[in-house]
Formats: sequence, C-alpha cells, structure tokens
Amino acid sequence: MSDRRRRLIAAWLRRSAEVLHERRTWLTDLDAAIGDGDHGINLDRGFGLVVARLEAGELEAADGARLLEAAGRTILGTVGGASGALYGRALARAGASLADHPPGPHARPAARAATALAAAAQSVVALGRSAAGDKTMLDALLPAVAAAQAAAEKGRSLEAALAAAAAAAAAGAQATVPLIARRGRASYLGERSIGHLDPGAASTALLLAALAEVASTRRPEL
Amino acid sequence: MVGLVLVAHSQRLLDGLAAMVVQAAPGIVVSTAGGAEGGSLGTSAPAVEASLRAVLAADGGDGVLCLLDLGSAAMALEIALEALAPEDRARVALTEAPLVEGAILAAVEAASGAPLALVRARAEEACREPKLPADLL
Repeated sequence: MSDRRRRLIAAWLRRSAEVLHERRTWLTDLDAAIGDGDHGINLDRGFGLVVARLEAGELEAADGARLLEAAGRTILGTVGGASGALYGRALARAGASLADHPPGPHARPAARAATALAAAAQSVVALGRSAAGDKTMLDALLPAVAAAQAAAEKGRSLEAALAAAAAAAAAGAQATVPLIARRGRASYLGERSIGHLDPGAASTALLLAALAEVASTRRPEL
Repeated sequence: MVGLVLVAHSQRLLDGLAAMVVQAAPGIVVSTAGGAEGGSLGTSAPAVEASLRAVLAADGGDGVLCLLDLGSAAMALEIALEALAPEDRARVALTEAPLVEGAILAAVEAASGAPLALVRARAEEACREPKLPADLL
C-alpha cells in the first residue's frame, strides 16, 4: 500500500518538474508583469533539483510521506524567494499529514488527500499571513482543498477528488485576474496589479493539474 | 559573548558586511546565511537554521541577535526558528533594525560583553541615528 503511495508521490514530483520546465517562461512572464520576474525560473530549478536528487537516491524516500517532506526541504533550500519558503513548507507539512494518516482501511484515500491538501493550505495561510482574495497561491489552493473535501465527503475516489481539486484550482487561479494584490512584491503595484493572473496561483494550478494527471493514469494510493 | 546571524538575499552582500562587522568588532561571533543553495539570489531556511545553530554553539550561552534584509528573509527565518528546540529558540532575539547599520552597532555592543537585550536595543538605535549632517539633507 505504502509503496503505491510512494510511487504516486514520485510520479507527481517528476510530472511537476516537467510541467514547470515547459511553462517556466510563461510563469516568469506572469511574474515579470507584477512581481520580480523569477517565479518560473526558480520553480523550474527547484523541482528539477528535487527530481535529480530523487533519481540519484539522495532523498529520504522510505515512503511517500517522507519523500514529500524531503522534497519540501529541497525546495526550501534551493528556491530563494517567498515561493520557495511557501511551497517548501507546504510540501513538508503535506508529507507530515500523510505520515500521520498512513494508508489503511480506516480512511479512504480521497479523505487523506483532502487532509494533506488542507495541511499544505494551512501552512501557506500561516507563513504568508494571507487569506483568500489576496491574489496569491491561496486563491488556487483553498478552492482545491474545498473541492477535495467535498469529493471525499461524498465518498468519491482519489482520482475524482484530485480531478475536482485541479479544476477548482484552475478556476481559482483564473479568478485572481481582477483582484488587487495584497501580498508580496505585487502588492507594491496596488491597483496596477488588476488585470494580471497571479503567478503563484498559476503555478499552484499547474501542480494540482499534474497531481490529478498522475492519479488518473495509474491505480493510485495516497 | 552575544553572537550575530546575518540573513540576506545575497552571500556577496553578507561577505562584505561580515568583513565590516569584524573590522568594527574583532572577535565577534558572526555567521551569514545569504542566497539560496547553488548561489542564486534568495534566502534559504536550512542555511539560516545552520547559521543559528553554529552561533548558538559558540556564544557561550549569551544568545544570538538575528538581522535580516527584506521580503522572504523573514519567511526563511521563521521556518528556521521552528526547527530549533524551545531552549535554543529562547536564546535567539530578532530585530527590525536595518541590516548594515544595525549589524555594526550590535557587533560593537556585543564585543563589549553586553547582554542580548542591550545588543538588540543598540541595533535598533540605528533606525534613529542620523547618517548625514542636517545641513546636507
């Protein structure tokens, strides 16, 4: 069971690194419009290093939860901006949540996924002192948590819960366009941040789309 | 002696600042955490944690004052502090003092053997101390 969880996490890290590499210029252009223009480059480098260390056997990968925590620590050390701190700690907290809720018959995988996503979102809320509507990654992440929790409560499968989370994250990211940024470098622009897609929400939507994608192509466990 | 931890987005910036600090206060215990792994600009929570641990091991129990630059440095510092045991965390003081001026003032105060609270208070005087003669402003 736990081996399948580890395979899903590893597949997600690999697919995330691919997607972030493919979309690095797009993300960086979004960031150049309202931030400091390094979001795509930084995440590409960070997730690229995670996968390089994973393939080299340098990440603690005894199980999926530990692997996610180790990936988070790598992001913390290598992605220098706020996005590195926020994503790194969020991955580590999601990994800790999975470690607290091992695979087993007592809870369904969709519920464990929703709980881990909620732990990640709570980490971003606390570290960023931010909330929904601030034009940040939370505007993608919080709707994803709500969608995953709703799917889990309806007894849906892990694949269905993660697909719902990805769809909610994409819609949430798109909904940042008319918002005024209230956190980070973009907040310096005030009303001039209106009309731009938030790069953090955009990358969160990409990461959750990658998770839904890898969960749909194998017999997933979380 | 109270030690200093300096956190910034660039290690080159901190190399220069550390040289100024040591010149102003020879014998001061100072550790720097600049940039992310691989040398890119940014801050790294594991690097900040390592600096804090290094100075905590060398301060003789007197404590550490941590000064930082802007933006995500505060997030990296917060994550690093979370990793410390409560008794170690209690020996770390934080300050809003400006990095360069605050580090120099704090280092001179620390080298005189002042306790952590006084070193911190001295660093924060950097916010009010004029740099320019009034008639030049």
